[in-house]
Amino acid sequence: MNDEPKPAEGLSEAFLKRAAPDRAAMEDLIVVPFFAVVVALLLGALAMLATNVDLATVGRSYVALLVGSVGSFNAISETLTAAIPLTLAGLGIALGFRAGMFNIGAEGQLLIGGMAAVIAGFSFAGLPAVVHVPLVLLVGAMAGGLYAAIAGWLRAATGAHEVITTIMLNLISYRLVDYMLRLDFIQREGRSDPISKSVLGSAELPRILTWLDPNLRLHAGVFLMIAAVIFIHWLLFRTRLGFEFRASGESPDAARYAGMRAGLIIVLAMGMAGALSGLAGANQVSGVLGRASPGFSAGIGFDAIAVALLGRSHPWGVLLAGLLFGALEAGGRQMQVDAGVSIDLISIIQALIIVFIAAPLLVRRLFPWGFRKPAPVAKE
Amino acid sequence: MAVELRGITKRFGSFAAVKGVNLQIRAGKVLGLLGENGAGKSTLMNVLCGLYAQTEGEILIDGKPVRFNGPGEAIRAGIGMVHQHFMLIPVFTVAENVVLGVEPTGRFDHLDLDQARAQVREINDSYGLEVDPDALIETLPVGVQQRVEIIKVLFRSADLVIFDEPTAVLTPQEVVEFFEIVRSLRDSGKAIVFITHKLGEIREISDHIAVLRRGEIVGHADHPDAVSEADLAEMMVGRPVSFDVEKNPHKPGAPLLEVADLTVLNENDDIAVDDVSMIVRSGEIVGIAGVQGNGQSALVEALTGLTRVAGGTVLFKGRDITRASARDRHRMGFAHIPEDRQRTGLIPAFTIAENMVLDSYYDDRFSRGPTMLWRVVNQAAAQAVQDFDVRAGSIFDAVSTLSGGNQQKVIVARELSRDTEFLIASQPTRGLDVGSIEYIHSRIAQARDEGDGVLIVSSELDEILALSDRILVMFKGKIVAEFDGATADKSEVGLAMAGRYEGAAA
Ligand SMILES: Nc1ncnc2c1ncn2[C@@H]1O[C@H](COP(=O)(O)OP(=O)(O)OP(=O)(O)O)[C@@H](O)[C@H]1O
Ligand SMILES: [Mg+2]
Repeated sequence: MNDEPKPAEGLSEAFLKRAAPDRAAMEDLIVVPFFAVVVALLLGALAMLATNVDLATVGRSYVALLVGSVGSFNAISETLTAAIPLTLAGLGIALGFRAGMFNIGAEGQLLIGGMAAVIAGFSFAGLPAVVHVPLVLLVGAMAGGLYAAIAGWLRAATGAHEVITTIMLNLISYRLVDYMLRLDFIQREGRSDPISKSVLGSAELPRILTWLDPNLRLHAGVFLMIAAVIFIHWLLFRTRLGFEFRASGESPDAARYAGMRAGLIIVLAMGMAGALSGLAGANQVSGVLGRASPGFSAGIGFDAIAVALLGRSHPWGVLLAGLLFGALEAGGRQMQVDAGVSIDLISIIQALIIVFIAAPLLVRRLFPWGFRKPAPVAKE
Repeated sequence: MAVELRGITKRFGSFAAVKGVNLQIRAGKVLGLLGENGAGKSTLMNVLCGLYAQTEGEILIDGKPVRFNGPGEAIRAGIGMVHQHFMLIPVFTVAENVVLGVEPTGRFDHLDLDQARAQVREINDSYGLEVDPDALIETLPVGVQQRVEIIKVLFRSADLVIFDEPTAVLTPQEVVEFFEIVRSLRDSGKAIVFITHKLGEIREISDHIAVLRRGEIVGHADHPDAVSEADLAEMMVGRPVSFDVEKNPHKPGAPLLEVADLTVLNENDDIAVDDVSMIVRSGEIVGIAGVQGNGQSALVEALTGLTRVAGGTVLFKGRDITRASARDRHRMGFAHIPEDRQRTGLIPAFTIAENMVLDSYYDDRFSRGPTMLWRVVNQAAAQAVQDFDVRAGSIFDAVSTLSGGNQQKVIVARELSRDTEFLIASQPTRGLDVGSIEYIHSRIAQARDEGDGVLIVSSELDEILALSDRILVMFKGKIVAEFDGATADKSEVGLAMAGRYEGAAA
């Protein structure tokens, strides 16, 4: 095969030169998020002081936050474990953003995907793990994808906005999970509370650090996470479908004029976003929880929106944001134990980070020395 | 108010869009600014109105140096600009748009729209603008929207008004009215800067002309009447420009596109195209003349597969394509240059390379299986950029950083560098300089000589007359007249466009 075209004669090579990344773009990508995190932590400290926590405890909390997130093998393992579903679902939301869809439904897609994965996980006794684990993940992804595709289809066929429909689908998913958890074939034998059977050993994502310490919870889902980041990056920037997604997201009119089929693209984008959230759910039940219970999604689907925003809808950015949020979560638990500070504080800090990310101008004002010159004004 | 620019330079990265420009702008005079696409006209004026900070040089108002931090300060200093692309909020009324950002407020900070309305009426009266303050922007024709932009500037009491290609989107009648407005502004003592690519217009309205090329002032003319259009064109482009299109004699081949009894409805289910029948043959250029808003857009959308057809049939090479999708038609060899480049023709945030394959990315040349062959795309894009003389640093620049005319060239390059059989072009040269128009006309004529059928829709009568082998005139959704391109008389076509032609209807 020869796809290496020779430059045509007389073609000026200058046009093919890529300009070095613009300094302002770099600042937006790296410096702004960095300062956003710093300011959020500072304001978090103020919030603690305001609730009568003394300075020493504030200090201890932040030390605990650091130690609990990266201070030991266990901490790192916990950080990564928490980052996996956040990153997976965050990728789904980012994919939606790129295609112009504001998908609030990751939580519901994650629940449905997780439920389907649990059922697949306790059902097929006797399957070898190399078949069972992929099957469970696949079932989770498909269920999440189909569930999200409902919203996509409603948008494409009727114009119903996906923000509304995905919120509704979230609500439906909560009740659906409650209902399913009481079905005879799902509910654990001998229990009256809504809780599912446990997934079989052959359906569990294997833990990968037990050779270091049998208590480390990090499981093979971490490879799934990396693979998903690479795959979504490839999809968005290297494939035809990704080009269609990005074009429709940037300008639906221009995409239509270019002959792209908006309806199909919307359904596909939602479906793939839902598949990633469903994968996150499957990952939780098969790698961490081992079973489903009401609200096992634990708000991951909503945190994932923040992760996608923080990651600027870029796959690698989403990974970094997922790791940061995973670290905050793991560290937050430690903080609660060591300093007795409520874990809600972590939610406050996460929210503050998002506020500052969303307001880059504010960050630039607060730290003028971190940036070059005033922000350039957009043309026309 | 007298404004002087001294040694203004503006760089984007290492690229200097404007280099050491000196310019005098005087009260009560119209300065015409002329220059090729990408010469730096918009950039220079964006510096003057505070949107960009100059890299070097200074601006003096009445002899005193000033420095603007953002457009707000320029407005307070009395400098207002009507941009190439309008900046109005479609769902707001005229009065609301006009006061946006400087709202008159009453007690307890409530919005005093009555006062706003009164002020809009006052401006209306003093300059003969005739705009209803309560009309919604989205219901207004482009020409009136432009007047709203003018009112916006006057409302902020500007003494210097900059117009960036104001006439590109206007109908000939609207241009006449626009010039009346400009004259009354000038006579009331305002300084005016007027940017255009139309040499006739600039000679008619300007008191003084400055010509910009590649960021530098290359010529002045103090008595516009005394210089010919050909001289101006040469000053601008740096070589003589031919205004006639060279093409072989009209030798139409087999019918390519056959339209019978075509009826198209608009969004409100009103009839936009009314029972239109026509034929375009291989190797001929058919021009559709008509004042904007007489159904041309709907006709084009129907022929390109973007709108559903309410009745009638469309055959392409004998095959019924009435219900074929845009993509299907594209595969058959349709090329389409849409009229609204920013909204439908391009994705401004995408790179030039990405825009070059916006509607052919799926082609075997540019993709294999699911993956894009970006190397091939980039190579092809660089070639097209070079062939069509798109003024850009690199194909990886976002299209939004290109000048208006160069954005148009990207579309034309994309559509004409493909192997096509049928070309539909709406306003193909809107916003282009005379040199580029010459080139694009010659490419269209070349496509026709190679056997393509071409359908040109333009409100520019001169363009239709220069290019077409046959001319159809559209009025209120119907084809009301047909002329032979070689013998058509401009005033007769003009009459037909106004719906007053008595000759044989097509
Ligand atoms: N924001 C920007 N970043 C980089 N380059 C830019 C930017 N704005 C303009 N340019 C470049 O500066 C040059 C001058 O552009 P400008 O818009 O001033 O041209 P113009 O004379 O108004 O042309 P036209 O008649 O086509 O509107 C162009 O080559 C353009 O690509
Ligand atoms: Mg311009």
